[in-house]
Amino acid sequence: MAEKKTVLVRIKRQLAPDQKPYWEEFELTWRPFMNVIILLRDIAERPVTREGKVTTPVAFDANCLEEVCGACAMRINGKARQACSALVDQLEQPIRLEPLTKFPVVRDLFVDRSRMFENLKRMKAWVPIDGTYHLGEGPRIAPEVQQRAYPLSRCITCGNCLEVCPQVNERSDFVGAAIINQVRLFNLHPTGAMHKRERLDAVMGPGGVHDCANAQNCVKACPKGIPLVESISEVNRDAIRQAIFGWLFG
Amino acid sequence: MRQPKIIVVGGGLAGLMATIKVAEAGVPVELFSIVPVRRSHSVCAQGGINAAKNTKGEGDSTWKHFDDTIYGGDFLANQPLVKAMCEAAPAIIDLLDRMGVPFNRTPEGLLDFRRFGGTLYHRTAFAGATTGQQMLYALDEQVRRFEAEGKVRKYEGWTFLSAVLDEQGICRGICAMDLKSMQVRTFPADAAIFCTGGIGAIFGRSTNSVVCTGSAQSALFQQGVHYANGEFIQVHPTAIPGEDKFRLMSESARGEGGRVWVPRQPGDPRPPKSIPENERFYFLEEWYPKYGNLVPRDVAVRAIHKVVFELKLGVEGQPAVYLDVSHLPRELLDRKLEGILEIYEKFLGVDPREQPMKVFPAMHYTMGGLWIDDENQATNVPGIYAAGECDYHYHGANRLGANSLVSCIFGGMLAGPAAVRYARNLERGADAVPASVFEREQRRQEEINERLLRQEGNENPIAIWKEMGQWMTEHVTVVRYNKNLERTDQKLQELLERYRRINLSDRTKWSNQTLNFARELYNMLILARVITLGALRRNESRGAHYKPEFPERDDQNWLKTTRAIYDCGNIRFEYDPVDVSLIPPRPRRYDVK
Repeated sequence: MAEKKTVLVRIKRQLAPDQKPYWEEFELTWRPFMNVIILLRDIAERPVTREGKVTTPVAFDANCLEEVCGACAMRINGKARQACSALVDQLEQPIRLEPLTKFPVVRDLFVDRSRMFENLKRMKAWVPIDGTYHLGEGPRIAPEVQQRAYPLSRCITCGNCLEVCPQVNERSDFVGAAIINQVRLFNLHPTGAMHKRERLDAVMGPGGVHDCANAQNCVKACPKGIPLVESISEVNRDAIRQAIFGWLFG
Repeated sequence: MRQPKIIVVGGGLAGLMATIKVAEAGVPVELFSIVPVRRSHSVCAQGGINAAKNTKGEGDSTWKHFDDTIYGGDFLANQPLVKAMCEAAPAIIDLLDRMGVPFNRTPEGLLDFRRFGGTLYHRTAFAGATTGQQMLYALDEQVRRFEAEGKVRKYEGWTFLSAVLDEQGICRGICAMDLKSMQVRTFPADAAIFCTGGIGAIFGRSTNSVVCTGSAQSALFQQGVHYANGEFIQVHPTAIPGEDKFRLMSESARGEGGRVWVPRQPGDPRPPKSIPENERFYFLEEWYPKYGNLVPRDVAVRAIHKVVFELKLGVEGQPAVYLDVSHLPRELLDRKLEGILEIYEKFLGVDPREQPMKVFPAMHYTMGGLWIDDENQATNVPGIYAAGECDYHYHGANRLGANSLVSCIFGGMLAGPAAVRYARNLERGADAVPASVFEREQRRQEEINERLLRQEGNENPIAIWKEMGQWMTEHVTVVRYNKNLERTDQKLQELLERYRRINLSDRTKWSNQTLNFARELYNMLILARVITLGALRRNESRGAHYKPEFPERDDQNWLKTTRAIYDCGNIRFEYDPVDVSLIPPRPRRYDVK
């Protein structure tokens, strides 16, 4: 009988935020169409390391498993990406799994990205409607505008663009590309545009668009192909225009 | 006046809508969700949302939407609220549009609509092929705005464990667990609205997200909330089988012109594109000429089963059929379906714009759920409301595609204000309930955790879960035989017995996902029994519930709502008549011209 094909995985583990990280290695049975989620589930079913040491299942964040919820972002072979769409056959072994480094670790591969949601609050990333009672139809929107807005609106808040950004670090408050992209999205909407000024004021504040150093890593790391560099430059242009006009006529 | 407080559990479409409505009424809301609400399962809804706005000159109307929904649901839904939902749908679309959902547009800048299953009208508004995601984001943003104003407080990363019921059996709050610290805590409230979604995990692999376990519904059921029509489980005809989940290929692929076929020659080894048109079997189009590829899901699923298992015509002899969009213009595919085609491409490495997709049916949705009344989304337990997939009300024996998003929003819109009215009219609020009521519930839940962490045994929760999923998928989905249903229930009881000997491979007290999963597993097993026993008792075929031994719908005996009741550890069933006051039941036939 042919030898069973196996998959080697090295995982950076950490029991709690205040504990030291350590590595564990696992050898698992290969199966067709395996992704990183299946690897982690196999470990949970039989949490034994390659050396035969009994350990705990690996904590990780996951939900939709079809790359639309954003939960399962992690570093896979050094690259920030979604675990569900990381197919084992396309990965070099041993597969290295690490938590994202720009967010606090909760446990193992599970990180806390609540900062991103907080920043959406700061940027007033919403269309300010008067109420949910019936006020008739929404504004007419040209198909061309919808087709510009929709790709921006597919951001899954995975945080990969922050992970790869050199400007996101302990010494900076930079909100990152995903958040700036939302400013562009809402400024594009006819009703959202009525509050463009407030959003631009916010994005000119600390940690805002001026902190971008144009490394352009974000756009390459985005699993949804969102034109993040374009979003940042457009928001930057609008912000500068508002600053100048504010200074001239304010 | 006493200021009431409302809790919403679940932050998908229904939960967010309910939250917005309560916050808008000026009542403080606490919103609980296992995941950050922006990652809820609603993001997976792809195809669109139905509303009869009749913008294509087809003579569509809300009554026709209502009739399609009732007929599609095989007359099991109570009709008045379904009618109200269909009448509210056009305004719901307007509201979402005002919130900024980037719906696709016509050249005139109006909302575009596409066709979906179970209707002959263009009634489905859509934002590419990620409509649920776009709607969820819009509602999430509105809730974030209320949060910034201090009107909503979110508890993300918390899981619901149980309701806090007082001596009179009135809900006075909830007991929840922080999934980081594993701290168990009670939260007083005057009413609680449950919007805890689907139950896919009971079937092991489904199109649902990881959090869709039905654990909350089951916990409430075990506390006395009735569970209705549990046996009605929707299997979606077109999904990509995977070992971790079945990834949905939306009905919109067919709504935009996609065709389902198999080679006429069994086991035909040729690549699909080289098989000539006359050697392809477009079985849905042949068998159902009027609706073609857009028959309702239960009908399409049974047709695929027949083709694969009876006629042995599965693609390359495997359980699979082709879903083909490769004849459609690339520009249309990219503008209207990109989101789903991208999923196929990423997970299988094949471009569906070039090659037909290989798909197979998968468990998708529960029509059954927590029992609610006919006007307020109120369950039988005072103070407990339900909305969204976790309520049973709107879809009868089979849900039409793109109706779930409407029912989520509509249910949330009713539940929020209803809970506010109830809370304001309460004579005695949760603040007047003795602390001992809360302490007792907290203690009960802590003890469950302690026992699980302490107990020794040789059973693994994941292994038990997989076994449950296999049995449920094999015997309690598309085709159901009484003998197999009986065996499945015996199996579930055996698994419950084995559950008592599970051994947690993680006994730590920080972010212990194993402990949480074990808790969910128990609740899944109970709900699996409700589904199986409901199916066993219902000796007829109706909508998604199909028994070859009883192939016809039996209105005389079974035009009834199933109501499961948990009684001292036993599951008991009662049956209520269905309100068919608006559209008299008629035979459901999609194969006539």
